[in-house]
Amino acid sequence: MTTLDATTREALAELLLAMADDEFVLGFWDSEWTGIAPILEEDVAMSSVSQDEIGHAKALYELLAGLTGGDADQIAFGRPADGYRHAALMNHARTDWAFSIARRFLYEHADAVRLESLATSAYQPLADLVIKMRREETYHILHFDLWLKRLAEGGDESHARLAAGIGRLWVDAQTVFAPLDGEACLVAARILPESLETLRSRWLERVRPRLAAADLPVPATHGLPGADGRTRRTDEFAWLHGEFTMVSGSEAEATW
Amino acid sequence: MVAAAPSRESAVWSALAELPDPEIPAISLVDLGVIRGFAFEPLPTGGERLTVELMPTFVGCPAIDVMRQQIGERLTDLRIADEVTVALTFAEPWTSDRITPAGREALRRSGFAPPVTIGSTFVGDALTVLPIATCPYCASRNTTLENPFGPTLCRAIYHCADCRQPFEAFKPV
Repeated sequence: MTTLDATTREALAELLLAMADDEFVLGFWDSEWTGIAPILEEDVAMSSVSQDEIGHAKALYELLAGLTGGDADQIAFGRPADGYRHAALMNHARTDWAFSIARRFLYEHADAVRLESLATSAYQPLADLVIKMRREETYHILHFDLWLKRLAEGGDESHARLAAGIGRLWVDAQTVFAPLDGEACLVAARILPESLETLRSRWLERVRPRLAAADLPVPATHGLPGADGRTRRTDEFAWLHGEFTMVSGSEAEATW
Repeated sequence: MVAAAPSRESAVWSALAELPDPEIPAISLVDLGVIRGFAFEPLPTGGERLTVELMPTFVGCPAIDVMRQQIGERLTDLRIADEVTVALTFAEPWTSDRITPAGREALRRSGFAPPVTIGSTFVGDALTVLPIATCPYCASRNTTLENPFGPTLCRAIYHCADCRQPFEAFKPV
């Protein structure tokens, strides 16, 4: 499958951009914990996880650049804040540790479900990359499942903060599976082997029992994620965007 | 009887075997298993291009560009092809099982526990059991995983309960 028609190529570009922006923006949010995480081991771990995510974003931006003829760095750093297509889940500032853990838990399982499906994508370069990414992401799942349990069982305060984080993020977490304009085309071509709504159901089946086992409130099913799930932007994200484009913006043509 | 000149294939492998991993210089790129292979192909303008396929250990490994540059320079110095290209590939995933026995020994000698052979502990691509590392100092298996994440993407931090040393292990992946 080397030649894609223009419609399919556009749909695939939309999917790659959504995934890359999810990993890129979350990688930047959580890299803010470097130096100030609650314990030294976790400082190292969160930094390493963030580096993984930004690395995954880089590989996805490169795949996208190869498809559309752009430049990966330009795609990553050259857009205005409203040009990003990450899920609304990544619009929030890192807030406190429990909030960051709540987001990581919700996102890692969403990403795992998405990657599991894409490992059989008919677009072979994406399937190849995803197979490699999954071997790294397995460590993220183990790590954040453990943190969920640790905070849930850690005492009244950590439990309450974690429950508040899950509650605040629950609606926006659904937007990882917000419909894409070209989704029907991608599913028909088996580039995306299953619909995002199917994947969202599978994610709920993974997340709910884990929340219940940690004695955390399991929020009621939220309705379908809206079509604006990947276009809504916040002032918090606008601030982060200013941070991560500061260096590239200071000398646009610089080489390193 | 005249001994056959070494083939240019073996000249390329020997040159690559001299290149250290930028983050763990005790091990060579060949022993690390990141060279998938290489091929000579004719250039449209005449002459030949040598293309090396490089498999990243981790997708986001920041040493990839250094490796590409080292390989390109070393093979260009051989003057064995008119052009040298180093291409990243994910066509098959690099896994820590690709590290050679010599590479494992080199890691151990420099204080890194070599990765446990994973094979069946990945179901699909998910790790089901966290492997036990063997202490590189006293060979004890009475060790605990302190942190699955370490100072670089490919390293994890353990502690040995027998010789009471913290140590790093190459992460099984």
